[in-house]
Amino acid sequence: MTSAVLSPGRGVTRQAGRFAGFVTDVWVLTKRSLARIRREPETLAEVTIQPILFVLMFTYVFGGAIGIPGGGSYHEYLIGGMLGMGLAQTAPGTAVAVVTDMSTGLIDRFRSLPMSRAAVLSARTVADLLTQVIGAIVVAGVGLAIGWRVHTGPGDIIAAFALALLFGYAFTWVGACLGMVLRSPEAAQQSGFVIFLPLTFISSAFVPTQGMPGWLQPVAEWNPMSALAAACRHLFGNPNPAAAVHAWPMQHPQLAVIAWSVAMLVVFAPLAVRLYRRKALG
Amino acid sequence: MGEAPAIEAEGVVKNFGRTTALAGLDLTVPRGTVYGLLGPNGAGKTTAVRTFATLLRPDGGRARVLGSDVVTHAARVRSVIGLTGQYAALDEYLSARANLVMIGRLSRLTAAEAGRCAGDLLERFGLTDAAGRAVKTYSGGMRRRLDLAASLIGSPEVLFLDEPTTGLDPRSRAVMWDIIRALTAGGTTLLLTTQYLEEADQLAARIAVIDGGRVIAEGTPGELKSAVGGERIAVDLAAGGDVEAAITALKPFSAGPAVASEDGLRLEAPVVLSDGLTTTVVRALDAAGVQVTEVSIRRASLDDVFLSLTGHSAEGKVAA
Ligand SMILES: Nc1ncnc2c1ncn2[C@@H]1O[C@H](COP(=O)(O)OP(=O)(O)OP(=O)(O)O)[C@@H](O)[C@H]1O
Ligand SMILES: [Mg+2]
Repeated sequence: MTSAVLSPGRGVTRQAGRFAGFVTDVWVLTKRSLARIRREPETLAEVTIQPILFVLMFTYVFGGAIGIPGGGSYHEYLIGGMLGMGLAQTAPGTAVAVVTDMSTGLIDRFRSLPMSRAAVLSARTVADLLTQVIGAIVVAGVGLAIGWRVHTGPGDIIAAFALALLFGYAFTWVGACLGMVLRSPEAAQQSGFVIFLPLTFISSAFVPTQGMPGWLQPVAEWNPMSALAAACRHLFGNPNPAAAVHAWPMQHPQLAVIAWSVAMLVVFAPLAVRLYRRKALG
Repeated sequence: MGEAPAIEAEGVVKNFGRTTALAGLDLTVPRGTVYGLLGPNGAGKTTAVRTFATLLRPDGGRARVLGSDVVTHAARVRSVIGLTGQYAALDEYLSARANLVMIGRLSRLTAAEAGRCAGDLLERFGLTDAAGRAVKTYSGGMRRRLDLAASLIGSPEVLFLDEPTTGLDPRSRAVMWDIIRALTAGGTTLLLTTQYLEEADQLAARIAVIDGGRVIAEGTPGELKSAVGGERIAVDLAAGGDVEAAITALKPFSAGPAVASEDGLRLEAPVVLSDGLTTTVVRALDAAGVQVTEVSIRRASLDDVFLSLTGHSAEGKVAA
């Protein structure tokens, strides 16, 4: 039998169709990323242990010192912001995975196969979206445990999670771009501190923008992270002091989240794939 | 396109910044043969293979695989080639079987075909028992075998192997050689790069010697060896022996220039074999007042080919 396997050009059925091929490639490579998680579940710490620690810290350490303009419980205020942070902060992980992948011979093999060129990065973002779903569930779970409650209907709740995941997914493409540009996994890891931590902290994710210095307020108000926090708080019926802020994204947070996410996707997804193709040809 | 050679390169140039990795590479690999690409570190072997496998875009010249241009018809080329790079191209966290199935699916096999192909290859390469283990637990030799297996999925017509045995112990190398020989029995065209002259000699029907990104000699191993003189005479001088006098004394017998070793204690020259040659040479050296410890005749190796073509040994170019 063995010679049959090795004889060249044996009539293997190659599936037709570019799009069908792309979908298969993405699915196969997504399973590859998920298999890695199955073997090393600790890689999920980013979307499980970290958000839990953040929620507990902010609730019990800083929370008491943070006043909510217009009143309301900090426990209820926090979760809308935490959701955005929990999801966006997976982007450095995406970057690390992409840098690591690009530095191995495996990518050479992928490139020598008749597979779709966009599949490698697309599969990475899909796998990371699935881990974000876990992250969202963890944030909601720990939220419920500390006394966060939702005061709206199922439609609003679904809309809030959908917006958060759209937002998180857009960030995975930012991570993919960083992964294509940066040279080492360490540098990719650093992007978490250099880019994503300020992005979260200079926003209304943890503290209302009203308490920030005047020059910083516009930055925080136009920060996409603030838009997501405001949108989630509004949709959950939680305290949302941003409703009193006049900046456009704070007045239309859902629209702002969609606009920011689509803009990020439109810019970063094609850019990442282009960088991949270019690197592919050395 | 039925008659196109397996691989054709015409004046392929590839630069990396200011380094010229390929400086006008010309190569024709007939179908169904094992072709050896032999050269020292930095000769451009990997660059050549990566260009043929559509991973690099050449800066000049053209390359075709089975008649398809590697730049303009890259997709077509990718559907007929298999590549085992210099460094293992496997997912460390997946099992061997999962790796092969993944590559199979990405090669556009159906799930059933990919599974069957993976099973067959694991058996063929003696990896069935370890098939469920993550690749990161594999030894270097197992990894190399699995890597080669992965490049066979989809039954490629042209296979590239970049230094398939570098870093393997002699036993694993012998296993690899057997596998490679069995492969070629099936009619696959194989382009093999190596730094080991012995390996090219053992496996390849034809060899291109490359150095500085260019082919400096091409032919069957036999042709290359006879080009440098089929037989070589080696003269070991006694300590303090007069090298110049020895070279002069050797001249009437040699078919080419004599080369002295770095310490000046060994001379080698191609010779045309005749009866009593060794004795005659010893007498001639004696008459010239050169003290020798040994005079011997041996068949030229590919190492000699390399040395006489490039002026440096194949194992490294320390003495530039
Ligand atoms: N990506 C790259 N960037 C810069 N220089 C490169 C790159 N790839 C190869 N080179 C250079 O091109 C030349 C040829 O390299 P190549 O890897 O093709 O040699 P090789 O014959 O495969 O050597 P080895 O036996 O060490 O694998 C070398 O001088 C190398 O430094
Ligand atoms: Mg090499």
